[in-house]
Amino acid sequence: MSRYLVTIGLETHVQLKTLTKMFCGCSLTFGEEPNTNVCPVCLGYPGALPVMNREAVRLTVLSGLMLGCEINRHSTFDRKNYFYPDMSKDYQISQNTHPLCLGGGVTIETPEGPKRIRINHIHLEEDAAKINHYAQFSGVDFNRCGTPLMEIVSEPDLASPDEAMAYLLALRQQLVYAGVSDCNLEEGNMRSDVNISIRPEGQTEFGTRVEIKNMNTFKGIHAALKYEIARQLAVVRGNGTLVQETRRWDPEQGETQSMRSKENAHDYRYFPEPDLVPVALTDVQIEAWREQLPEAPAARRERMMAEYGLPAYDAGVLADIRENADFFEAAVRASKPGMGKAVSNWFMTEVMRLLAETGQPVGACALTPAALAELVQLVEEGVINGPTAKELLPELFHEGGMPAARVEARGLAQVSDDAALHAFIDQVFRENGKSVEDYRAGKKAAAGFLVGQVMKVSHGKADPKRVGRLVAERLATRT
Amino acid sequence: MDVAGLTLCAAVEGLRKKTYSSVELTRAVLDAIREKDGALHAYLSVDEEGALRQAAAADAARAAGHDTDLLGIPVAIKDLINVEGQPCTCASNMMQGYVAPYDATVAARLRAAGAVFAGRTNMDEFAMGSSSETSAFKVTRNPHDLERVPGGSSGGSAAAVAGGEAIAALGSDTGGSIRQPAAFCGCVGLKPSYGRVSRYGVTAYASSLDQVGPMTRTVEDAAVLLQTLAGVDPHDGTTLDTPVPDYRAALVGGVRGLRIGLPKEYFVDGTDPEVMACVRRAVDACATAGAEIVEVSLPHTEYAVAVYCIVGTAEASANLARFDGVRYGHRTSRPASVFDLYARSRAEGFGQEVKRRIILGTYVLSSGYYDAYYGRAQKVRTLIRRDFTEAFERCDVLFTPVAPTPAYRIGERCEDPLTMYLGDTFTVPASLAGICGLSVPCGRTAAGLPVGLQILGPAFGESVVLRAGQAVEQEVRA
Repeated sequence: MSRYLVTIGLETHVQLKTLTKMFCGCSLTFGEEPNTNVCPVCLGYPGALPVMNREAVRLTVLSGLMLGCEINRHSTFDRKNYFYPDMSKDYQISQNTHPLCLGGGVTIETPEGPKRIRINHIHLEEDAAKINHYAQFSGVDFNRCGTPLMEIVSEPDLASPDEAMAYLLALRQQLVYAGVSDCNLEEGNMRSDVNISIRPEGQTEFGTRVEIKNMNTFKGIHAALKYEIARQLAVVRGNGTLVQETRRWDPEQGETQSMRSKENAHDYRYFPEPDLVPVALTDVQIEAWREQLPEAPAARRERMMAEYGLPAYDAGVLADIRENADFFEAAVRASKPGMGKAVSNWFMTEVMRLLAETGQPVGACALTPAALAELVQLVEEGVINGPTAKELLPELFHEGGMPAARVEARGLAQVSDDAALHAFIDQVFRENGKSVEDYRAGKKAAAGFLVGQVMKVSHGKADPKRVGRLVAERLATRT
Repeated sequence: MDVAGLTLCAAVEGLRKKTYSSVELTRAVLDAIREKDGALHAYLSVDEEGALRQAAAADAARAAGHDTDLLGIPVAIKDLINVEGQPCTCASNMMQGYVAPYDATVAARLRAAGAVFAGRTNMDEFAMGSSSETSAFKVTRNPHDLERVPGGSSGGSAAAVAGGEAIAALGSDTGGSIRQPAAFCGCVGLKPSYGRVSRYGVTAYASSLDQVGPMTRTVEDAAVLLQTLAGVDPHDGTTLDTPVPDYRAALVGGVRGLRIGLPKEYFVDGTDPEVMACVRRAVDACATAGAEIVEVSLPHTEYAVAVYCIVGTAEASANLARFDGVRYGHRTSRPASVFDLYARSRAEGFGQEVKRRIILGTYVLSSGYYDAYYGRAQKVRTLIRRDFTEAFERCDVLFTPVAPTPAYRIGERCEDPLTMYLGDTFTVPASLAGICGLSVPCGRTAAGLPVGLQILGPAFGESVVLRAGQAVEQEVRA
């Protein structure tokens, strides 16, 4: 049986983070009462005209720059004609011939190493309304109608559902980084249509292409692709013929179902949108926007490794989310030199645990980079011990404030003075003669117990390293 | 009082001198409508109460010391311009009963200037037609011969102004819809340059061609009305942010030294000899008054109607898609499916000419035909535009007939759409080029039918066109 190669291309719609809709002043909110954020323009009333949202243009260009695209200096809009109740004008304003961005790509990690997934183009368009189906009728909610969407069209460079997943995750990371979209899947901020075909190994021509729609989650895309590959393989291996068609993913049934064949494909009758003048962008404007670009995640990972001496793993985790990386770097800048790894340790363990527990982004908690820097510094200088710091961090996370002040106010500074420590040890040895004997009888674990007891009588303030050494010395001297 | 001969400028003077109030003036217009519209059928609806309320408010504003060139002046509105709270049927069954939820920018500008909305004028359905006969509701008559058409599509506005049922009116022009009815009815009509006047709130026929403009008794009135209409609009991205000159001030100066171009393609056999004689007389009068007459050529003129039929219908096919029975307008009863809802609502709501143009426009944009029709038409449109640019290097304005014939008989061309389309031969090129054009009366036929002279100027050259029109008005007593 011959092996088959899979070819996948993605058309990803990303909702841009603008305050208002693409062509009118209606605000963009999620979950409002149906048909409350509407006006003559987005409802397609007679005489209403679209007006370009310049911020949507800026965000699309920013995305293009982030993804290494060429920016079209002269970009135009077109009407895509089709009748459906979700499109108030019965045509969608989109870009067909001169999109804002051309080319570019995203690098993903695969088991065979890094792989470049090319982007064909990015264009800007308006979203459709949402149709709600009820028992006896259907209702159209135009709140979403006219939301700015950019469509990122990949080349057919993806060879598996896993690669498609990696591509979407990389794309999302870059777009969130660039601040152009929240890429919130629950709110439908990022939706993909998929083109997929299979061909026998050795054949250069692509197989018959099938388009799949209606996948709302990354998991759904993965499942739909897996299903569709199996379906197509079964067809060709059963000597059947695949037809070029559009299929719909049914998440309930876990299968794709035919929507329409090529013969019944829409003729969208694209033509230039006469109500909008072309978008002309100057080099000066584009360069000014390029200045606004944040460092890309991959570049940031590399730089953080070099600059702070972080291991690749740490740098990767920190750079993954821009807000985390920003916080980390601010904390390092507030610290004494050479503290990168120490700050990273505290951020990646304690801070990220608290973030996961509360489900908050780091910007929403009360902890400041300066407070984290100070806390790490207090530990490094031996002013407080690790356990005390771990106790303090949640307080700083929830309540804010600076750690040194709390240490001072509550007398949490650790005791490293040998005379004081010996007094604690004397007391513990006196009260735990049995354990001392156990140790001397060969039960080495008893040493740990004794150290723990010293920490306890010191109310956690003893320097645990110093205590360990002094206890060991005392046990060795047999007095 | 009689409003039949009253110009807009004279009416404003009357209001300023307190010869009459706006309420009196408005009442006179409403009386004239009541008296005459049974014969003319120029109006589709009149909101008498609303108009009198506006008039009273205008009088109060004037008493409080306010004044504008339109304060208290009743203006008739073509029934495709949205005025909040008023019907906007576009003379179509599709939009019967529709009440506009917002003001078009031109309506808002008139409102802000204190004008009174006198009533909604009849038109060809969705502005598709040249005789106002495609209206779903009534056939407007030509005030000079009730058996003849008033022209179209702004036939109601033209007949109302010429027939003494309005002092001034707004029309819209896509391929001649202001200029040709003005010529047929013997009034002044100005199609502004594309981008001079906002299209926001004006139900679209062909977006790259549509412009709203004044229809008045005199050139000066047109200048005054345009002054309020013109200017950039944040709601219409195709309006240009160029200064609006003082149009009334531009009227003085006459034609001495003005270079008047006569495009030879517009002076060919096939045009009615009486029309031609009137146009020639206007040219001669201007020459006598010191204008320089130059012959120019617009070589791509013969393709203009074909290009217009493609571009106009293509845009219309998309613009009229929204009339689908879902959100407003006619909805068929008990549709079996969404497709059935669309198909039957549209089949029932649209008239024949509208359907003809939607189907034609859909066809020329279809996959496999786009390049041969729409793509080719856009290229020829560029050539037509270039023709005018080159012509205006040799002259300041162009003089041409507005239409090849005077007003024809009602029903005469209904079965012959091609002849109807060819009647737009002289007006369509300027629309495609986006330049401005004025229709000004230049005489009458032996039968007493008005003849219009078309004065074309470069884009945003309304001032020079109005100045030439003012001179023609003075030199040639119609």
